[in-house]
Formats: sequence, C-alpha cells, structure tokens
Amino acid sequence: MYDIENIVIAKSVPEALAALAADEKAIVIAGGSDVLIKIREGKLAGCSLVSIHGIPALKGVTMEADGTIAIGPGNTFSEVTEHPLIRQYLPALGEAVDQAGGPQLRNIGTIGGNICNGVTSADSAATLLTLNAQLEITGMSGVRRVRMEEFYAGPGKVHLAHGELLTKILVAKADYEGYCGHYIKYAMRNAMDIATLGCAVHVKLEDGKIADVRLAFGVAGPVPMRCPAAEKAVLGREPDEETRKLFGQTALGEVNPRTSWRASKEFRQQLVRELPGRALHQAIINGGGEVQ
Amino acid sequence: MSVGKSILRVDAYDKVTGRAMYTDDLAAPGMLVGKVVRSTIANGLVKSFDLQEALAVPGVVKILTCFDAPAIDFPTAGHPWSTDPGHQDVQDRRLLNRRVRIHGDDIAVVIAEDEVAASRAARLVKVEYEEYPALVTPEQAMAESAPQLHENYPRNILKETTLSMGDASFEQAAGKAALVHQGNYATQAVQHCHIEVPVSYAYMEKGRIVVVSSTQIPHIVRRVIGQAIGIPWGKIRVIKPYIGGGFGNKQEVLYEPLNAWLTYMLGGRPVKLEISREETMLGTRTRHAISFDITSAVDREGRLLARRVDAISNQGGYASHGHAIIMNAMNEFKMLYQDEMALELHARTVYTNIASGGAMRGYGIPQAIFALESHMDDLALKLGIDPIEIRTKNHMQLGFVDKTTGITCHSTGLAECIQKGREYIHWDEKRKAYQNQTGSVRRGVGMAIFCYKTGVYPISLETASCRIVLNQDGSVQVQLGATEIGQGGDTVFTQMAAQTLGLHPENVHIVSSQDTDVTPFDTGAYASRQTYVTGKAIRQTAEVFKQKVLDYAAGMLKCDPLDLDLVDNKILGKDGKEAIALEDVAMEAFYSLDKQTHITAETTFHCKDNTFSFGVGFAEIEVDIPLGKITVLDIINVHDSGVLINPQLAQAQVHGGMSMGLGYALAEQMLFDDKARLLNDNLLDYKLPTALDTPELAVDFVETVDPSGPYGNKSLGEPPAIPGGAAIRNALLHATGVAVNSLPLNPQKLIEHFKAAGLID
Amino acid sequence: MKIIHLTVNGKPTEVAIDERESLADTLRKRLGLTSVKKGCEVGECGACTVLVDGKSIDSCIYLTLWAESKSILTVEGITGPNGELSPVQQAFVEEAAVQCGFCTPGLIMTAVELVGTGKRYTREELRKLISGHLCRCTGYQNIINAVERVVNETHKAIGK
Repeated sequence: MYDIENIVIAKSVPEALAALAADEKAIVIAGGSDVLIKIREGKLAGCSLVSIHGIPALKGVTMEADGTIAIGPGNTFSEVTEHPLIRQYLPALGEAVDQAGGPQLRNIGTIGGNICNGVTSADSAATLLTLNAQLEITGMSGVRRVRMEEFYAGPGKVHLAHGELLTKILVAKADYEGYCGHYIKYAMRNAMDIATLGCAVHVKLEDGKIADVRLAFGVAGPVPMRCPAAEKAVLGREPDEETRKLFGQTALGEVNPRTSWRASKEFRQQLVRELPGRALHQAIINGGGEVQ
Repeated sequence: MSVGKSILRVDAYDKVTGRAMYTDDLAAPGMLVGKVVRSTIANGLVKSFDLQEALAVPGVVKILTCFDAPAIDFPTAGHPWSTDPGHQDVQDRRLLNRRVRIHGDDIAVVIAEDEVAASRAARLVKVEYEEYPALVTPEQAMAESAPQLHENYPRNILKETTLSMGDASFEQAAGKAALVHQGNYATQAVQHCHIEVPVSYAYMEKGRIVVVSSTQIPHIVRRVIGQAIGIPWGKIRVIKPYIGGGFGNKQEVLYEPLNAWLTYMLGGRPVKLEISREETMLGTRTRHAISFDITSAVDREGRLLARRVDAISNQGGYASHGHAIIMNAMNEFKMLYQDEMALELHARTVYTNIASGGAMRGYGIPQAIFALESHMDDLALKLGIDPIEIRTKNHMQLGFVDKTTGITCHSTGLAECIQKGREYIHWDEKRKAYQNQTGSVRRGVGMAIFCYKTGVYPISLETASCRIVLNQDGSVQVQLGATEIGQGGDTVFTQMAAQTLGLHPENVHIVSSQDTDVTPFDTGAYASRQTYVTGKAIRQTAEVFKQKVLDYAAGMLKCDPLDLDLVDNKILGKDGKEAIALEDVAMEAFYSLDKQTHITAETTFHCKDNTFSFGVGFAEIEVDIPLGKITVLDIINVHDSGVLINPQLAQAQVHGGMSMGLGYALAEQMLFDDKARLLNDNLLDYKLPTALDTPELAVDFVETVDPSGPYGNKSLGEPPAIPGGAAIRNALLHATGVAVNSLPLNPQKLIEHFKAAGLID
Repeated sequence: MKIIHLTVNGKPTEVAIDERESLADTLRKRLGLTSVKKGCEVGECGACTVLVDGKSIDSCIYLTLWAESKSILTVEGITGPNGELSPVQQAFVEEAAVQCGFCTPGLIMTAVELVGTGKRYTREELRKLISGHLCRCTGYQNIINAVERVVNETHKAIGK
C-alpha cells in the first residue's frame, strides 16, 4: 500500500489540467514506474496525485498532413515499439525504448514520463534528440511548443510548469525522411538496467558520404545532449574507420560526464570515445547500407 | 528402484498452480505490522529518542526501542549448539542495539495497524547519536586509532588463526624452488538475493510463542529465540512453510527473535515483520569480502613445494558465522592441493561497519577458489606449463586424509571431471588457437577446480532424525527436520525413503513443512549436508520401519520374517511372489483386536563422517577490449557428487550455482561509501544476472559411488557456485595476458586494467 | 474505500479497496490470489507479474484504481476447473524449471502471454522476453527450455 494522501483519476486532458489547477501540490502520475517508487522510498510519501494513466487523447501515434509524426506521451514503451508508424518511420526510436527496463516495465512505463522526469539516462531521450523532436505542452492558458533540447532545465528538471502537461511528441518529416538511426544502450546488464552511457545516431548518406548526421548522448552530462562539433567534424566524409574514430574523438571534447558510484568519469569518457563510431556503423547497416 | 531416477519434483504441481503457501501467504490480513527503525549512522551510540511525532501517527500501536530490549547478547549463526562454551558462536548483538555498528542497524521498532502507518512513524522517529568514524575496510578497523566496535575484541580482530603444516619452513622450501611467486587476490561482498525477502509473523498460543518464518533452520531458530529473549526453549514453536530461496542467508536467525519479542510485548497479539528488499541487502547477511596474499614455491615441473597464505576477512558489524568462513577458505588451500614441504596459513577476521558477512552458498570456498585457482594459473604461466598440468600434478588423490580434521577422500572423480571439461571446451585446440591474438576483440579459455566437504563433521555436530509412519493403505508419511528450500530436498528424500522401504515414490508422502513441536530434530539446510546426513537418517529409519512391517506380516503369515521382503510395494515370499498384500498388513496392524499397533519408526543418525565432492568449471570467453566487456561464449561445470539421486534435479541445481558464479565473476558487488552506507541496496543497482546476461549452461557429471554416502552420494548443493570466478578470470588472462586479481570483472575495472596494460591507448 | 469493478480470472468481480493499494495488494489480500508474489515492490524482480488485458505488468507498481473495467489473469486462472495443468504449467513441471517456486507464477504468466501470440521465438528472443523476471535458483536454463518447448508446440498447433 502506498502512502498517498489523495488521488484524482483524470479521464481527459482538461480534467487533468483542472485537477492540477485545483491542487498546487499535486504531482502527475502516468505509468507509475517512477512516481510510485519515489513514494515508497519516502521521497514523495504523503503526496497528492493526479493520474493521467490511460487518457485516450494521450495515446496513439499519428501522421499529420505535412508528414510530421505525432506520438502521444501516454503511450507505453511497448506501444511505441509496436506501432506501425514507428516501425516504418522511426524504427531506431522503437528499438531504443525497447531497451528500457524489462518487458513488464515497458508495458506500463510511458514515453512521456521518460521525458518529463528529466533524467539523463532516459532511453528515449538521446534518440529523440537526434530526431530534432519537438514537444507540445498544454496548460490552462493554451498550447506551446518547445524543442526537446531546450526542455531540459537540469538533472531531473524540465521546463514544465505546475499545471502543464506534455501532450504530444513531434518529429517533422524532414528530420526522419532519408535518415537511418541506431541507439546503443551501454549498461552493466543486458536488461533491467539504467544506461551507463546511451548513444544515439541518425545519419543521412548521399553518394556514400555523410550528408547529415546527428549524435546525442544520455549520461554524458547532467541532461541528454547533442554533440554538434562531432556532427560537423564528420560531415561530407565517408563513414570509414577513420571517420568513426574521429566522430568519437571529437565528441569527447563536448561531453561532461561525472564520476558517480555507478561509473567513473574516465570509464564514461572511454565509452564516449568508442560508442559513436559503433552507433554510426550500425545505423548505416540498419538503413541497408554497407560499411567498410 | 527410485534412487537415480529423474522423477518430477513432489512440490512442482503446487508451485506452478500457486497453491504452495509461503509465509506471507499464510499471514492473515489484519495482523499488526512491525517496521524496524534503522540507524542513519554506521558507528556510534544511540543517546536518546524523541518518539512524540511518531507516536502521534494514527494507527501506531507501540514503539519499542533499544532501551526497552532485554540486555541479552545473542548469536545469530545457524550453527548447531555447542556444549563446549569455547566453541559457541559469538554473542554480540541484541534484539535492538544501542551501540550502532552498521549503517541501518536495528535501533527501534514501530508496531502499527498497517504498513503505511508503520513506515510513516518510522520516518518520524527522531534519534540523537554520538557518532564515531565509520570503518569500511579491515585495514581501517585494525588501525591503532580506530574505535573498538565490540568489547573484548581489541583492534576489532574477531579472531586470528595461524597454522603451519609440513616438516620444513617456507624459507627452506623457497631455497629449493625454481620459482617463488607472490600474488594478491581480492573478492567482494555480495548478497544472496533470494527472491522471497525474509518475512515472519508471530503470535502466542497457550502462553507459548509461535513464529512462522521463511527459514532454512527451524530448530536452530527456536533455540536462538529462546536465547535472545531469555525464555525456556520449550515455550517456543517455529513453523517453516515453503520458502522462496535462502542460499545461506536464511541459515541465519535473522528477525525471528525480534518478531517473537514483539508479540510477547503485546500480550500475544499477532505481529508480522517483513524485511524489505533494501533492508535485506543492508541488514541481513552477505558473502564475506576476503583478500588473500599467496606466495608459492614450486619446482620446475610445477610441483608445489610450499605456500604461504595470509588472508583477511571483512566481517562487517556483527560476527554471525564469523571466523568459520575464512577458516573454511583456509581448508581449501590445504585440502585441494598438498605441498611437499610446507604450508603456512594465517587468517584474520575483522569487524568493520559494513553489512555483516554470514553463510552463503559455498561458505568461503568461492573466495578461496578465486584466489587459489587464479594463483595456479599465474604459476603455470610463469613456468610455461599448461594450467591443467599444474593442477594434475598437485591435486588431492583418493585416500587423502586431512591432518587436522581427519576428513578422508573416500572417492574421487576429479581427474575424470577435468578430462570431461577439457574435451567439452576443446581445451587443447583453443589454448593454441588463442595464443598471440591481436585486435580489439579476443578470445580465451580458462578453468578452475575445487573440492568441497559434505556437512560439518568433525568441526560441528552432525545429526539428523527421521520419522516414518504407516497409513492404512500401505503408504507412509516421512517426516524430517531437514528442510526443502528450493533445492529439491523433499523430492530426493522421497526417493531415498522409497528406495530403502521398497515402495513406489507415490506411496511415500513427505511432510514438507517443519514445525518444531512435531518435527524430529535436524539442524537444517546448510553445508550441502542433507542428502548425506539426513539421507543416512532416512536410510536407517526406513530399514527399521521395513523390518517392522515384515515382522508384522510374518506374524500374520506365521513364517520367518527373514523369508519376506518388501519390493515394489509388494511383500514377497521366498519364492519371489507376493505373499500378502501390503494394504492387508497395514489394515490388520491398524485394526487388529488382539495385535493392534501403529507401525512407525523414528531414529536419529549421529553422523561421524565426512567426504569430499569435486568439480571443475571451464569457460570460453570473448572480450571486447575498448568496451571492457566479457561475453561468456561457452561454460560448463562437471561435478563428482557421487551417485545422483535425481539427475534432472541435480543438473538444475548446477545451473543455479553456475548462474550465481557468473554474477560473482562478472557483475555483482555491494558498494559502500566512506560512511559505510550501502549504495546499491536494490535489485536495479545490484547486478544480479537476468536471463539476457546468462549464457547456455552446460552440465556434466562423473558419478563415483561414495562408500560413506547413504546412497553413494555426496555434497552437491553449494559446489556449483564455486569455480566460475576463477575460470572466467583465467580465460581473460588467456585472451589478453592481463591478470585481473579482484572480482567482479566488470567493465570499469577491465578498462582500467587494459589501459594500464597498453591495450587501450 | 472505493468499489472497483474488474474481471479476475474470467469472473466479473466487484471489490472494495483502499485507493492506495497496488494491484498486488488487492489480488493477494482481498481476493486471496497468493500466487502473486512480492519480491521487491519496485518492479525489478517480476515475481508479482500478472496479465492486465493480456499484457504482463508488475502488479506491485500498478494502482488497483487503474484496473477498473480491466481483465486480470493470474496463475490461479489458467489452471483447469479440475486442477488440470495448462501446457505452460506442464512444461515448467516436466522441464524442472521450478525450484524454490517463488518466481514461478510470474514467469508462467509471461510465458502465457508469449504463447498467446502464437509466434515462434528464438532462444535469444525468449531470453529478452523473460528478462523482466529475476530467478536465483535456475540460471534460467530450464525456464528457457520450458518456455521454448511450449511456445514451439503452440506455434505448431496454431502457427503464426
């Protein structure tokens, strides 16, 4: 039994917004895999909750008229992975979130929760950054959009005011069409783990050369981050071994991993050096390409 | 014949249907709930409590603190009682401790109507401490300036043992050696991680305390509850239902005494005490971290002339099994290999403020084998000989008698085990093929061997009792104090009884739950002893019982009992044909107007023997050097555990041990900060292997027939967890030339070693 | 207390609950379905796995309030009316996939979910699909053997 003072089960977004407006201390709970654990730990014991679990408007994945893919934040990880639109257009995202926790967790944990809890190890985050994802935020006063990169405010913190909800995750057609991607989750175990380092790449090749590439990390800094210098360094090059080396080597200058009891800074730096090249390589293979 | 057959587990149906009842399944809703209040410092003294806010939480019934607990120090190790005070376990803790010795020590307990109220109140208990510096390592704890954790143990040394064997000194041997090599090897603290957490509930009935608990050792729990509360042992009754794994942690009297005291203090009201996963990690027991300094003198051919071993065990805050663990580790050095000239052993067990070490599957031997077998490979490498060859030259042979304990090698299949493993892994080809590799991904093969005793004789008492009672239909109940803890004990006991009685296993009904009021005495599941020691009690009792049945039948048939036999559920005459139906004998015995008797037998076997089982582990690995990752490509354990009572269950037992060994080798470790706080107290941060981290597990056996075993069998339960660490470490050495001398072989450590060795620039 | 309506093991059920309860609490303590085990209470061990509308979830981190109008399946619900074992249970028994038995009901429910897809899986895929369950007794070897066997038998019978 959880130490919950009060809980409102919202059946729609307006209901959820109203419930949040009515209780300035209320916390949003979606899948529950973070919030319930914090309640049990005592960190959130005695809290008030507004549950957005299963709200239909937060589910589903759709393609808008301009080709933008809109992902409902209330989708569980497994719903994201299994959705036909994701499989067709954003397969790397589907595979990335298929590495979060274990199967049962992926049936309850939501992609929106993964973003809004603001942790640097979120398995969806690095890949969404390489897709230039935008977030639609809805509040009582209206709807705003924010680039995912700008959403992070610090470790475990996001720019989401009390009374606001993440209502859509958007990926524009130009950001996925012609790209292939890959996410490497490096962890101590092959399942049921949090990333020691997460590394995502999306790349577009033209005539065997890198026409565009995006590299993002989780756990290489306080929040998930892109590596623009590394991206720029390999632009126009063939994705050969030397390029792959350069990719990681350049990224090393952009990141800021820290030493924690989970892993040392030096260890994470070694992974930062090593993983981008491997992710790039696999991304090209995933896209049907060949690599020397 | 039942022994040697892979019959299905007798408890499988109940376990796959959810009918098997574990402790918490039996606890009635509405019981009061206890919640332990834990210290937020590792080393110090509780000066005072402020309970005002906690007591105000609605639903709180009572809060008891260390100032209320009886001033009785008691032991917790699941050892048999010793009538010699000098051999009794160290009594160094109370139900609630004012002197805090671990981070999360039990200092008070809240009893409430539900768990939310109990947790809220526990968080609101305010404590004033006098705090001392935390001692994390034995070196810190042995320093002159270190605060002393327990009275009578200066410099925090719980115990120190020195043992010299052989006619010469180490120095004399070293003078004759072709090689003298020294190495340091260290193991980490790990946790059992049984999936069912420790849980118990207690109530009083007719003035006696009843405790239902998830334990491996109900009879010992009963005794220690009596000791801890200071009441006569007969006033306590302990019931053990099905348990969700123990692995040694429940060979410890954990929270049953506290639970018993809670109901006692509440006039017998039922109280449940569940220990959460986090509390289990920090507040129950661990596998000791032991470090070994080994120096060996060997001749040119690899024969061991002499060894010197200096080992230190990090005990943590409380003695538990204490020095017995490192002494068992020391045994491995003198038993597995024999030195021609000298062996000098020095062992210390040191109190610190980390979680307390206790019994865990293998009891010091996984630590010893990691050190010893890593060292043997280092010697082989220096001498330029094959790792198998150096072992073959030195390992224990049939007829070996250990000088200090008298334990004798009654049977050995070790050489055949090595041969089987060697062939399975394609040792000779791969040792060659993987020489002089370059590149960032490399492969290697490695191996390790071990021996393991069976039970605890002559160090401790070995005894087991069995009761067999007849039913009207000719079937029997078998009742034992020995416990089923998941290992398949009940199934193999059924097979043993059926074998000796001449009954089909379906007609042997094992009583699975233990209840100290009615269950015959046995000390419980530990030391891989039950198939051996309890097996002897079963065999002896079944022989007595069978004779009683035949005597009664002979009376009915007016013939000589020697002319009758019980085979395959049938009483056979001299001619080998059924002389009388077993059911008819049973009915007559039950209801005869002139010769009624309930045919039963109950005997105790006082076991004064021991025997060695053996085994090997072989592993082939691939290591991705820039990522610091080891992938186990192939792994096999080959065991000589004597005759296998149930081959399928024996194999399953080995799988589980291998998995535990893999976790130990590659990932598991308890991490403490400089305040002795456990950092990874949950199953996310503590890296117990998942299915995706586990390779296919190959198992083989060499079935010797041990003359001292009741059915030719010897220890099996613990050994499978032993060789994995060293086998994988040695495979890594083969693959990369890098000797990593501490566990676990996790990526961060490997990357540090590879950098130092120049494999990563 | 709040009244919740749900289907449990095929039976429409109405139960009064405390809003703070997890589904594991409700199933164990109010409905007596003690096959649902608790090993960590934070969704790490998988012992409390049940199917909610056919999907496996850790019932310890699932509020019972969310189960309104949903269908729950536990091991008690897959055993036949006269105690007959389902093919998954039978495979676990015969392959010696059961030791202490504490992780067993949860693993069986995941296996039931997998068998329900009618798909065929490689052993490596099965390792991933059962990776949300921790078992300390078996090294997963015989569990994989049991699940593989029953998944393949089902695939042969209804094949997708």
